[in-house]
Amino acid sequence: MNGTNGTAVHLLELEHVSKYFGNVVALKDVSLHVDAGEVTCILGDNGAGKSTLIKILSGVHTHDGGVVRIDGPEVRFGSPREARHAGVATVYQDLAIVPLMSIWRNFFLGEEPTKGRGPLRRFDIAFAKKTAREQIAEMGVDIRDPDQPVGTLSGGERQAVAIGRAVYFGARVLILDEPTSALGVKQAGVVLRYIVRAAERGVGVIFITHNPHHAHPVGDHFVLLNRGRVIGDHTKQSVTREQLVREMAGGAELEALTHELEGVVEA
Amino acid sequence: MTVAGHTNAPAPADERFANVGLVARLLQRPDTGAAIGALAVFLLFAYTARSVNWAGDFGVWSSWLNTSAYDGIVAVPVALLMIGGEFDLSAGVMIGSSGLLLGILTTRADWNIWPATAVVILFGLTIGFLNGFTVVKTKLPSFIVTLGTFFMLRGLNAGATISITGGVSIDNIDRAPGFNFAHKLFASIVWPKYGLGVPVIWWLGLTVVAAWVLARTRFGNWVFSVGGDPVAARNVGVPVARTKILLFMTTSTVASLWGIMTAVSLRGMQSNEGVGREFEFIIAAVVGGCLLTGGYGSVVGAAFGAAIIGMAQIGIISSGWDSNWVYFFEGVVLVAAVMLNTAIRRRAERAR
Repeated sequence: MNGTNGTAVHLLELEHVSKYFGNVVALKDVSLHVDAGEVTCILGDNGAGKSTLIKILSGVHTHDGGVVRIDGPEVRFGSPREARHAGVATVYQDLAIVPLMSIWRNFFLGEEPTKGRGPLRRFDIAFAKKTAREQIAEMGVDIRDPDQPVGTLSGGERQAVAIGRAVYFGARVLILDEPTSALGVKQAGVVLRYIVRAAERGVGVIFITHNPHHAHPVGDHFVLLNRGRVIGDHTKQSVTREQLVREMAGGAELEALTHELEGVVEA
Repeated sequence: MTVAGHTNAPAPADERFANVGLVARLLQRPDTGAAIGALAVFLLFAYTARSVNWAGDFGVWSSWLNTSAYDGIVAVPVALLMIGGEFDLSAGVMIGSSGLLLGILTTRADWNIWPATAVVILFGLTIGFLNGFTVVKTKLPSFIVTLGTFFMLRGLNAGATISITGGVSIDNIDRAPGFNFAHKLFASIVWPKYGLGVPVIWWLGLTVVAAWVLARTRFGNWVFSVGGDPVAARNVGVPVARTKILLFMTTSTVASLWGIMTAVSLRGMQSNEGVGREFEFIIAAVVGGCLLTGGYGSVVGAAFGAAIIGMAQIGIISSGWDSNWVYFFEGVVLVAAVMLNTAIRRRAERAR
């Protein structure tokens, strides 16, 4: 799986990446890779280092050790803008959408298409409405009216807008930060379908979650983080959902906890 | 499920579209409440001020339009700034500062009025930049920052005027070279038969330009986003700080422009000119549908808001009531309009 010594060049690859905040080790020796059309799940509990990893990949932080590669060559993102230009798009938990603004305004926010020139250069609204509608339909959501404020959409539909936007603007690597955590069971299922849909469109998806039940059905491989280190790296064939659950919770720890909780309930 | 998106069929093919009727569409606009309010106020005075033929005499129309322009011109950038999520309490006192600066340059330094105007506009840009830069860099609420600017300028206006003239005003600006053309451009009557002033044209022109910028340009999209959710806006690459600073600069500069227009119109300037006006600009914007929290609002609504204030100021006197009731009326309009706007917005959002 090491891209430097020959066999395969991955779309995105991390080799022994570390990050320190003062004397706190946030990430240590993290290696993983993402390929186009695949869903890579990064699993970990709170404090496992998932957020730090996202921030390195999206250009918010720079790593202190190790190498990040895209298509082979080493990259180092100085800003979120650089990461986006390299094709790494991040859909944050808060989605970076503005609830009071309409769907089409949100979809093109920061990348507005224009027509006309000089002082008459203006937002190409007809194109924006049509494209936003089409692209979101591509994600499997048929929006009624692109003029609708995003705040009136359901949580799942908002994810579709955010993911559709990232894919439309040329994301090759799409990082989804806990997209299902704030959603109900049914909406979470809908979002999982968008994740598959994005991968089918040739995007390398990084799906960050603490929920192995969400990760297992859609993931092609699974990286488990704990205390800033990779504690497991599995392909879909090599791991069952139950193993994921157990490994994530730290196996024996979970069993101990189960006993303890049962004890409490019985008492 | 995705079929509708792949075909290029016209949008109404979706049956859910048809349900969104014209009325529902209108109710979704932030400025609908202000338009209804303006009509209601107009009809109220058409009755109470019927002795002066409120509805039918264009002279009466001109007089309230002239008064509305007084608030409306600065309410335009104030509305944009509020949509961008910020306040400018120094917008009123800037009128005085700018008029006084024009007066000092033309009457004490004997400048031609046009270079003086250019310097005053530059002054407006600078104060706006300082307001915006301070807000963006310190992350302090703009309410506090511009309140500070307000009091500094207020003190400066009075102090500088007294130390330069020994009095509380600067007079005789009309002696400056170039004054006649400036007067024609800034303070003349465009329709002598009814007394309609040129500021009304400036007001409507600024409203149209600002409404176009807000609705139809990239910058307009950014204004909504920096007020609606600045963190989200930054994450997708909107230059949040630059957008906000530009909005502050626009506000101060338009206030300066209005200071110049007032000074030219009155041929002089009082040192306390403009103080207290900032609230009327904010009332006009809020009545026009701008949310105090930013991210939502309308420039056209602010124009209706200014029209309501203008009608109130003239209508209350025309109805034979004491002019002090104007403040009372403005207070009632403010609260009523905010309640109406909130109700309309909730209704529109629930209707989906």
